[in-house]
Amino acid sequence: MRAFLIAFAATCLLAAGAQAAGPPNAADLEAELVCPVCKATLDQSDAPVAQRMKAFIRERIAAGDTEQEIKGALVAEFGSGVLATPSKSGFGLLAWLLPLGALLVGVITVALLVRRWSGRRGPPGSTTPLSPDLERRVDEELARFEG
Amino acid sequence: MAHRARLVAQGVAVGLVALLFLLLVWSLAMEEGGDLAAAAARGERPEAPDFTLERLDREGELTLSSLRGKAVVLNVWASWCLPCKEEAPFLEQVWREYRSRGLVVVGLDAKDFRKDARRFARQFDLTFPLVYDGPGDVAADRYGVTGFPETFILDREGRVAEVFVGAITADEDQVRLRAAVDRALAT
Repeated sequence: MRAFLIAFAATCLLAAGAQAAGPPNAADLEAELVCPVCKATLDQSDAPVAQRMKAFIRERIAAGDTEQEIKGALVAEFGSGVLATPSKSGFGLLAWLLPLGALLVGVITVALLVRRWSGRRGPPGSTTPLSPDLERRVDEELARFEG
Repeated sequence: MAHRARLVAQGVAVGLVALLFLLLVWSLAMEEGGDLAAAAARGERPEAPDFTLERLDREGELTLSSLRGKAVVLNVWASWCLPCKEEAPFLEQVWREYRSRGLVVVGLDAKDFRKDARRFARQFDLTFPLVYDGPGDVAADRYGVTGFPETFILDREGRVAEVFVGAITADEDQVRLRAAVDRALAT
């Protein structure tokens, strides 16, 4: 079983490496870029400018450009708004970091609340001490019950 | 302590809501473009939003306000827009007829490839200044353009006198544009 898992992981890594090293896929790029006129991704748009952008992508793939070069060329023409997902640098990085930050704040808040609520109950086994009078009465009752 | 923490949390929440509200007001205030055509149709003359854009017909940039003192025909177009092809020869004709009287035709190419725009200009022998607004921010956000082509007639003081939505190809539209240009030049 362990050998199978190792082989599976190695195969996945090799496949991912081969994909990254190969030429970019037009369909993948069209799903990651947005038509500047209708704001749909290129694979969902038939607008004239979207068709022109699709032709541009195919031209650049045939010319041997990488995915980043093609995206960079389109951003240089149409601005960063053509990217379906924000870039992972500069201002676009905020869009990736803010949700993580919000998640972190949420986890910390829940942890603090849980700690406070469990603290109110006191340590396990602790009880409020009985008053001397009540304790004496309990002892008497127990002695009578046992006697 | 707990009361103080609750107050701080409430303050932060109210602050965030106030910030979002201010952002909403700001974005609405910045959406000036949509009102230009309506204001011009009511006979008002709103100031044309200024811009500085890269030139397509030569090196450098063009700032709209640098044309103050001249009337301007600002035509928003793109090479992939079929009606733009139909009206391009008429705009070139207007430029050649009126330029000596103080009119400048400015072609604002938006949401387009630079290469395609230059090819378009060569195809139609356009000689008037061309500027490039690839993301379409000036056209959409400042001028409220939602479809191509759209043409703004600006008077010599840089105010929007008239707006033409769609291609100016019909005879009556061309007569209307010439009349609007004459009025803009007379200001």
